[in-house]
Amino acid sequence: MSAPEKDIISPSGYRPVPDFFKILCQTASILTVLMLGWIIYEIIESAWPAIQKFGLDFITKSAWVPNRERFGVLPFIIGTLASSLLAILLAFPLGVAIAIFLSENFLSPAIRQTMRFVVEMLAAIPSVVYGLWGIFVIIPIVKAFGDWAVNSLGGFPLFSGPAYGNSLLTASVVLAIMILPTITAISRNALASVPKTLREGAYALGATRWEAIFSVILPTAAPGIVAATILGLGRAMGETMAVAMLIGNSSRLSWSILSPSGTLAGLLANQFGEAQGLQVNSLMYAALILIGITLVVNLLGEAVLRYTQKQTAGIR
Amino acid sequence: MQTSNEAPAKNTAEDRNPVDRPDFISVKDFNFFYGKKQALHEINMDIPERQVTALIGPSGCGKSTLLRNFNRMNELIDGVHHTGDIRILGKSIFDKGVEVISLRRSIGMVFQKSNPFPKSIYENVVFALRISGISKKSDLDECVERSLRGAALWNEVKDRLHESALGLSGGQMQRLCIARAIANRPKVLLMDEPCSALDPIATVKVEELIRELKRQFTIVIVTHNMQQATRCSDNTAFFYLGKLVEYADTQKIFSNPSEKQTEDYITGRFG
Repeated sequence: MSAPEKDIISPSGYRPVPDFFKILCQTASILTVLMLGWIIYEIIESAWPAIQKFGLDFITKSAWVPNRERFGVLPFIIGTLASSLLAILLAFPLGVAIAIFLSENFLSPAIRQTMRFVVEMLAAIPSVVYGLWGIFVIIPIVKAFGDWAVNSLGGFPLFSGPAYGNSLLTASVVLAIMILPTITAISRNALASVPKTLREGAYALGATRWEAIFSVILPTAAPGIVAATILGLGRAMGETMAVAMLIGNSSRLSWSILSPSGTLAGLLANQFGEAQGLQVNSLMYAALILIGITLVVNLLGEAVLRYTQKQTAGIR
Repeated sequence: MQTSNEAPAKNTAEDRNPVDRPDFISVKDFNFFYGKKQALHEINMDIPERQVTALIGPSGCGKSTLLRNFNRMNELIDGVHHTGDIRILGKSIFDKGVEVISLRRSIGMVFQKSNPFPKSIYENVVFALRISGISKKSDLDECVERSLRGAALWNEVKDRLHESALGLSGGQMQRLCIARAIANRPKVLLMDEPCSALDPIATVKVEELIRELKRQFTIVIVTHNMQQATRCSDNTAFFYLGKLVEYADTQKIFSNPSEKQTEDYITGRFG
């Protein structure tokens, strides 16, 4: 063998990743997994007395009477799910509509850029500020709407009276505004990444702008829009401060969206400071349930995402 | 791949149908601008009915720009304008009375990269009919079979019409896009480098299809492949730097071009 050839393939030409860097990366990733395990372990350990005492009754009963040591979080589970779903119901159409306007050329690029920036700035407002704003702005509006709704739609259980300012609806409206940037930004990215060739294909067949959007562009972007919705839902479920300030924190079950309600996150935030004894264990149990719910939502979301991606596979 | 004397028989002057118009599409003093940049300079050419007209030339010479003017696709780009006129059957496509939607519905277009929609094969083909408001099942079924047969794809997909179009091979996808383009019985078929992303076997199939389709459609094809132009076109226009350098019978262009630039390009000296 001649010398130059040997040089090219010789082991000395191989530069391994430095050991310390490899170890650093490995440690970081192992630590992350351990951290999650540790958090869940700590929660289960502190919740254990409550888990032993109440078992599944904790989930199916509605009672929160700390001085008699009676605890059941059903209203808070329902409140968590209901406020998040209602928020998604309000934010989804609005968010997707904004995303369409920001990704198609309805407006001049300068206006689009400004609007996009403004919508994304919504995500930068601290939760507690949303709560204060909700108290001063949304509560009066929801109260006025509630009084009207009770009068005209009161026969319908969802709008049965009396109407409160601090209610499920108030919390959901503010939650909807808070998750709007998430839904808008991710949907916009999904719409903007629909290949130009598909748009052209639709227009070349004589589609109008709306036909192109509704029959080609939106279906193609569906996986991304689903992902946006699930991320929004996850955010709404875990949101604590603004909801705790607005929802009324009631443990009473009610069909009406105009009544006060409560969420698991709000319950924890409100009570943990003064809790002692079994109440602490019960709050930890509630935290475990909240983690469980968000985990299930995320897994469901992943499943839906995979399914829709399969439907549109091969174009990205 | 093939030399020009092996190329399949084309329409000679004698067997051209005398009722076909020699100026089916007519381009008159056409200038086109992207913003301030002029992309086409004083183009004048007549495209004959039911023949294949190839537009060739190096990248950026304006051939695709011209093609995309025939169905006013360029209007999707901001800041474009034109002077001069393009007429189809004597009628200006830029006339105030012409709706761009109906113009595009009467002109099929096939793109460089196949672009099936993420829908079933069936729904891809009937897209143009659906947006024209046709929903009678027998009409749609008839259209799917006619279009897929027209695009030489029927036998390969007839048992899986309701499966996703995205499961087809690259060549099948491009023929599906041709089927979709001819579904609404357009008069004109525009093809923008339809084979550039296909393997040689799929290319041969699409070229055979082009020769078949010209019985019904007036075809304008942009191509980078000179053999392709000789194999399947009747007329060839050579563009360079936004100008139409030479436009003549394909055989003449490739055997005895009048312009030095044309000869340099087709013999591979530049471009």
